[in-house]
Formats: sequence, C-alpha cells, structure tokens
Amino acid sequence: MSASRYALPALSLRFIPVWRRNLLVWRKLAIPSILGNFADPMIYMLGLGYGLGRLLPDVGGVPYIVFLAGGTVCFSTMNSATFEALYSGFSRMHVQRTWDAIMNTPLTLDDVALAELIWAATKSFLSGLAILIVVWLLGLSTSIMSLWILAIVPLIGLAFAALALIITALARSYDFFMYYFTLVVTPMAMLCGVFFPVEQLPEPLQVFAVVLPLTHATALVRPLLLGEIPVAPLTNVLVLLAYALVGFYAAVILFRRRFLD
Amino acid sequence: MAVLAVEGLRKSYGGVEVLRGTSFAIERGECFGLLGPNGAGKTTTLRLCLGLIEPDEGRIELRGLPVPAMAREARARVGVVPQMDNLDPDFTVLENLLVYGRYFGLEDHAVRASIPRLLEFAGLSGRAGARIQELSGGMKRRLTLARALVNDPEVIFMDEPTTGLDPQARHLIWERMKTLLGEGRTILLTTHFMDEAERLCSRLTIMDTGRVIAEGSPRHLIAQHIEPQVVEVYGDGVLEWSRDTAVHLADRVELTGETAFCYANNPGQLLAMLETQSTLRYLHRHANLEDVFLKLTGRELRE
Repeated sequence: MSASRYALPALSLRFIPVWRRNLLVWRKLAIPSILGNFADPMIYMLGLGYGLGRLLPDVGGVPYIVFLAGGTVCFSTMNSATFEALYSGFSRMHVQRTWDAIMNTPLTLDDVALAELIWAATKSFLSGLAILIVVWLLGLSTSIMSLWILAIVPLIGLAFAALALIITALARSYDFFMYYFTLVVTPMAMLCGVFFPVEQLPEPLQVFAVVLPLTHATALVRPLLLGEIPVAPLTNVLVLLAYALVGFYAAVILFRRRFLD
Repeated sequence: MAVLAVEGLRKSYGGVEVLRGTSFAIERGECFGLLGPNGAGKTTTLRLCLGLIEPDEGRIELRGLPVPAMAREARARVGVVPQMDNLDPDFTVLENLLVYGRYFGLEDHAVRASIPRLLEFAGLSGRAGARIQELSGGMKRRLTLARALVNDPEVIFMDEPTTGLDPQARHLIWERMKTLLGEGRTILLTTHFMDEAERLCSRLTIMDTGRVIAEGSPRHLIAQHIEPQVVEVYGDGVLEWSRDTAVHLADRVELTGETAFCYANNPGQLLAMLETQSTLRYLHRHANLEDVFLKLTGRELRE
C-alpha cells in the first residue's frame, strides 16, 4: 500500500476525456469566465500602468506600463491557474463528486489529477494569451522575441496549477484557500517583480524571492516582451519545471492519501 | 462461473479493522445483496471490488480479472450507481451520458446512437436537452442508472439505489433492475430496505462489523434463522404482558420500545389470548428478512 502511494504518477493520454469535460463546462460559462480571467487583470494593468505610470519615472529603463505588461502576463497566468485548481478543482473533487463518478470508469485518480493539472494550465494559458494580445495591440511590445512567451506561459501555468493542487488535496472546505492566497499568492505578487523590480526589495527579501516560482516567470517574460534575451533562461525554465513536476508529484501523493485511505 | 469472487478480504483504517475476512461469490445473472447496518463494511467492500482501494489481505476477481491489479480492464464492463448522485450539474441529460461514455473510451457517435434507448429505459425520453437542476430526485436516480449502462456493463454495482425515493420511483427502479437481470446482467446491491432485498435478490449476505454473518437466499435465511410466524403486540401494559404471559406462549419474545415481537412456530394460543386483551393491539404476519436482520445484527442503534 505505502509503496503504491509513493509511486510516480502514471502519465497517459487517458486524461483527455476529463480535460474535454472541463472544456465543455467552460464553453457554457465562457463569458463570466473570460471577464474574470481577462478583464480584471487588464483593468489593473491599464489603470496602474497609465494612471500611476504618469507619476513615475521609467521603471527598469522603460515606461511603467511597459514594465507592468510583463508582470501582468505572469500574474494573470498564476492567478488563473491557481483559481481553477483550487476552487473549480475542489468543486469537482469534493462538492460535486465528479472525480468519484470518473473513477468508477476505467480512469484512475492519476488520470483525473493529470487532467486537472493540464486543464488549469490550459485555462491559465488563455488568460496569459489574452493579456499578451492586448499588450501587442497597444504596441507595448513589438519584438518578435515576445512570441517565445507563448511557450513560457503554459509552463508558468503548470507550475502554479501543480502548487495549487497540493492545497486542493489538503482542503476540507473553500475557506482553506484563503490561507494560500494570503500567505503565498499575495506575497509572491509583491516579491517577484510583478509591480516593481525585485531589486527594490531589501537584500534578504531579494534572496528569498529567488526561490519563488513567480520570480522566474517574470525573469523570463519581461525581457522577452522587450525583445531582450533573459539573463538566465535555462535556470528560470528549470525552476518552473521543477515546481511543476515536484508539485504535481506531491499533489498526487496527497490525493492518493485522501481518496485511497 | 463467478462474475465476482471475493476471498478473505481484510482492510484496516488507522488501526481499526473495517473488514475482517469477508468472502462471497456472485454468479452471472443473479442479483446479490450486501446487507448490514451502517459501519458493517458494505461500502468498503464495494470500493475494494471496484479496485478503488487495495485490500490489506485477500483476493478479488471481477469478470475473471484480478483486482486491483487489472481493475481498469475489469471496470470497462462494470456499471456503478453510487449512493450519492454525482451527475454533472453543468450538463444536460444528453451531455451527461455522452461525456461519461468518453471515460470508457467510447466514440461519441456510438454513445449518441445508444442514447435514445438509454433514455427510454430510464423513462426520460424527450428529456435529452433538460438540465440536471430541472430533474426530480427520482429522475436523477434513473439518469444515474442510465449512465451506469452507457458501457453495456456485465455487472452493475448499485449502492442503495432507492434511498430517498418515493414509492412510485422505487417501484420503477425495481422493475428496471428486473429487466437488467432478465438481460443476463449481474447486480450487486446494497440496501437498507429488507423488502427490496427480499424482492430482488436471489442470494444475499448479511454483514456486521466487517464479517459475513449469514448468507443464502432470502427464503432460506428466513427458514434457517427465525420462527415462521410473528405477532407484533403494542398498547397499554404490553411490557408486563410480554414478561408475564407472552414468554410462555411464544418461542421467543423481543422488546423494542413499546412493541413486543413474539416469534412462534404455532401462534394459535398466543392469538387466542390476545383476543381477550382489550388494551393490547397486534399484527400477525409471516416472518420476513427484516426479522432475520434484526435478530442477527441486534436492535440497538448503530453509529
């Protein structure tokens, strides 16, 4: 029993029917979902970027709105993946018992967990993409290099979806998620170079920020938007990948504990 | 050949042994009942048989396949009607069936082709486009039953399928279960309704505290465990009467609250005596499965 509890997640394409289920639900509820995932961060970006930006000198060598654009792509992707894996995931797992229904078919817990991971990443990709399109339309980024972000955003989504699934696996009710937002998501938004450069932070906090996944997301996306090559792209990608893989493995172990005991 | 065979199942949770060596075998085409008070281990047994959890000890074979090792393959032709409805609330009736079929790897066109038949079986013809919130409790149960049939199952696990339904809805579910049995499918039924088990099951086991304590056909169990006639007596002074009189006239008397259950092979004398008691009222009937169940598992509340 304990051996199979810690087995590596069985990854297979069997997750696709579950992913399609979530897509079908999303298509029915797309309009409020698009408003929440897209309009909200865009309002912040434009409001802060143009309003607050007027009062500021260049930030990181560019107008504030341009600086904020890269942060908003990452922030929006993180939020979208997190919300989906926490609230919607918990609804499917616990409230609606959708997972139980699925596990009575040939699909297994590992398949369902993988579907949740990839679905949350898919939704976050749509969010990140929407912001990116606005950034392009407003002429805030004109570099062909920014196309690389299309490959980075899914990785950011996977990393934050995996972390959020750990919390979902531990949750007894929706209230539990408040801890995660207050203790993890909101501090990360402040520490990881979304609204201002990490270099503005006191030294110890800068060191701490280095281990946070969102720091590596902004370190990749912002330079690419500006048409520059990130300083340490391989490190950034590997850190995000590590969060995604280790996070998902931990989440699957916790889901097994929750469902198989 | 047994469609589902279970041998010596043991399962503990946090040091508490929930199953303590459960064994049974279900033949193809029969309705097999799993009865027992809450906490007897019925749901754990079902989950083990589906391969959703692993036993600490014991052997399970479902459709000739070892479980949990080949549970995925075994579940391909198994239907499950769970105790709690878990239909997709965001979907229509049709979408629920279509999406569920995909979990079995079925092509959309194949499921679509079988949907009219499934809906007719569930008494939901013309409801394909209805949203789940629009359905009554009975309709949701029937849709859950239809969903369990989407993969043309050989075996159907039904966990308290009629709990919470009105009598009309229960009768409809029973009738459909008989149709499914007539088609050669096998049903594993758990229920708290003894009349349901007596009506539908060709054989059943009664479980208590993780063990099978009796097994056989309903008729056989009644004959084996209990006197054939029962007189239920209630009214003023029933306690004194049962203590002073009934114990001498009945083979066995059990008191529950304000009712005395008098079990007898020949209740003639008892009934004659009751005719003379103006304050006591009584009901004379044949012994049934509920009498067996209460005798074997006790009358005190569980949980």
